[in-house]
Amino acid sequence: MTETVQQDIKKVIVFELSNKEYAIEIDVVQGIERVMAITRVPRTPSYVKGVINLRGVVTPVIDLRERFELEKKELDDNTRVIIVSLESYDVGLIVDTANDIVDVPTRSIESQPEVVGSVASDFIAGIAKVDQRLLVMLELARVLEPIGRVEAP
Amino acid sequence: MDTNQYLEMFLDESREHLQACNKYLLELENSPEDLTIVNEIFRAAHTLKGMSATMGYEDIADLTHIMENVLDAIRHEKLKVTAEMLDVVFEAVSYLDEMVEDIESGGDGKKDVTAIVAQLNRIEAGEPIDASNDEVAATITEDAVVTNGLHYDDFEMTVISQSLAQNFNAFEIKVTLREDCVLKAARVFMVFEILENAGDVIKSVPTVEKLEEEAFEQEFTVVLITEEEEDVIKTKVSKVSEVESVEVTAISEETLKEEKRSQEEQIVQEAKEAQQAQQVQKKETPEKNAKEAKRSRPAQAQTANRTIRVNIERLDILMNLFEELMIDRGRLQSISTEMHHPELTETVERITRVSGDLQSIILNMRMIPVETVFNRFPTMVRQLVRELNKKVDLQIIGAETELDRTVIDEIGDPLVHLIRNALDHGIEMPEERLAKGKPEVGTVKLSAYHSGNHVFIELEDDGAGVNRERVLKKAIANGLVTEEDSESLTDKQVAEFILASGFSTAETISDVSGRGVGLDVVRTTIESLGGHISIESKEGEGSLFQVQLPLTLSIISVMLVELEKEVYAVPLSSIIETAIVHTSEIMNAHSQRVIDFRGNIIPLLDLKEIFELQEAQTEQNDEYQSVVIVRKGDKLAGLIVDSFIGQQEIVLKGLGNYLTSVFAISGATILGDGQVALIVDCNALIK
Repeated sequence: MTETVQQDIKKVIVFELSNKEYAIEIDVVQGIERVMAITRVPRTPSYVKGVINLRGVVTPVIDLRERFELEKKELDDNTRVIIVSLESYDVGLIVDTANDIVDVPTRSIESQPEVVGSVASDFIAGIAKVDQRLLVMLELARVLEPIGRVEAP
Repeated sequence: MDTNQYLEMFLDESREHLQACNKYLLELENSPEDLTIVNEIFRAAHTLKGMSATMGYEDIADLTHIMENVLDAIRHEKLKVTAEMLDVVFEAVSYLDEMVEDIESGGDGKKDVTAIVAQLNRIEAGEPIDASNDEVAATITEDAVVTNGLHYDDFEMTVISQSLAQNFNAFEIKVTLREDCVLKAARVFMVFEILENAGDVIKSVPTVEKLEEEAFEQEFTVVLITEEEEDVIKTKVSKVSEVESVEVTAISEETLKEEKRSQEEQIVQEAKEAQQAQQVQKKETPEKNAKEAKRSRPAQAQTANRTIRVNIERLDILMNLFEELMIDRGRLQSISTEMHHPELTETVERITRVSGDLQSIILNMRMIPVETVFNRFPTMVRQLVRELNKKVDLQIIGAETELDRTVIDEIGDPLVHLIRNALDHGIEMPEERLAKGKPEVGTVKLSAYHSGNHVFIELEDDGAGVNRERVLKKAIANGLVTEEDSESLTDKQVAEFILASGFSTAETISDVSGRGVGLDVVRTTIESLGGHISIESKEGEGSLFQVQLPLTLSIISVMLVELEKEVYAVPLSSIIETAIVHTSEIMNAHSQRVIDFRGNIIPLLDLKEIFELQEAQTEQNDEYQSVVIVRKGDKLAGLIVDSFIGQQEIVLKGLGNYLTSVFAISGATILGDGQVALIVDCNALIK
């Protein structure tokens, strides 16, 4: 595959959360893993599922469904962990399924319309419309704000 | 010339040389007559001058140059070492220190040095103004003579005389490079290439290494044995560009003989001088000083040749790779115990042994002597003592004790705090000491030693010690203890209050050891390193601070425990012991469950409750509880766990920057089966 990505096209990874399609830019994605053993970390917000051993690196994983306050779902064979790498840390995101890479023309990204019952708007960078599909572009920096000190009660 | 690539080396070496300067200056202060020490300082200053000039840091070069002049005058016994003079030199060194630091932090190393230069100049000219000036000039010309007429050792002389006998010519070739010559080393190389084609170079002044490093001014001299004629050599060498002039002198049998005679005379003279010097030393200082000096110097020279500099980052990478290996080793171990395959088991055992050795070697490589931290203290103490008008003798013991680099980097500031505290609050004023019947000069002893998996650093002073009443008053005022309880406290317990925050009993706040924020910072830092600080003090007799530190921060021994099928690790360093406690032994005090542990009532914490594990509420049908007794300082607590798994060496891993400081979890590790286990932070559990 040629790497001639033009300036006005973004490559994104598309994943599903309760039958809606979301997208994150491919640059930040380190890899997509199957679900592995997760060690719970006590006294963290419930969407922090714990930490995994990602080839020798202890990496926290969060459940995006819970992060977006969507209904819970048992992990199954389609569940994937998308490892994203932000400036100073790596985090795994648990999603229903991830199976597509799409070219999104920057022009087709619109700011998000007010929709009731969708993910809190803070987390959304915009909506992209590609071939009849609506992709919700995530604002990862907001989704993955570091978890600060959890004080003793 | 692009000097960036050399910057790091320059900084490293400058720091070394400055430290050497400081160290020898202190020695010189104690034995001002010992000129060998001056030589050491001179050497360090000289190298520093050369390096900084090459790197283009002129202010450093200027200052070292003037300092060198003063040292040179001392060396040639034109000046006598005095306290005032040493003060100025010390100051000059600390200026240099600042400049080097400035360069390190990205500055240009410039600093106004005129004042100190003027002072040094005055010293240099100081006592016998006319005489010293003349003599300095004289020594310079003398030096020139010496470089012109080379000295030969026996071997060289034999070589020359034999070649002369075989009708070869021997020449002394003095090459002067143009002053604006940019690539001195390259010119030297070209000259050497020509000469080596023509014959054999048997000697050069300065040495070839020095020439390659460009550690010479404009000229150098080479001794060549060749069949060619004088003129031929001369024209050949002159063809090298940027060569100002070439002087070729033939060496004849006569010159050799003369040289031999003068050398013999010199040897006799030197022997005499050495004898005298030794006698002086014997009078001035105890004999061992001289012996030590003799023994330590050649040893240093040897070790210098046997070490290489490795960037600490590379060692970190090596360590990381090794950690990966450790994890896989653990994995192999657990697989082999499941498989019961004798050959596999044997191989795994071998791997375990080898990697154990490897571990200790890698850890050792990261070890550096605490000396690197300690050797800045004498200067600091000297300065503080002057400010405080006290008299203190700082003794350093066990500076060669080695610690992990990461620990060394962190331990400096806490120790500075402790020493400042000892000098300011510990040691009394000289008059007060005399009145108390103590020697006028206070002693502060800083010692380091290994014990088990730990390094201990102790700071002992023979000062006033902790004033029980004053500390108790303050502790009660701060609400750390009630008045009733205060009477039953031991001296040790009282003394430890001074490590609590916001605690300063000094009646006047001084700028030396601040406002009592220091010691609790010390404690926090040391505890964050997995260490422990304790204090022992006798009023009127002095105090002893003992800092206990782990040898390394990256591999620790832990006890693995199980909680709701999940594995947690408790650092062995905070475990006192483990116990199985019958439910009936658990008592309730208020809402707190407690047990009687060897006569002490200690609180019991259910880790499952603390970590909010789901089934924490279910009633235990067990009659027995597994309890890990942990401590923080002198305080104990029992942690209830489901079961003990065992002891293991683990590699410490962080949780990453996403989960910043999770309550009571200090990190994570990867177990043999690839699972992540969290490490319990006992310090956070005990208040």
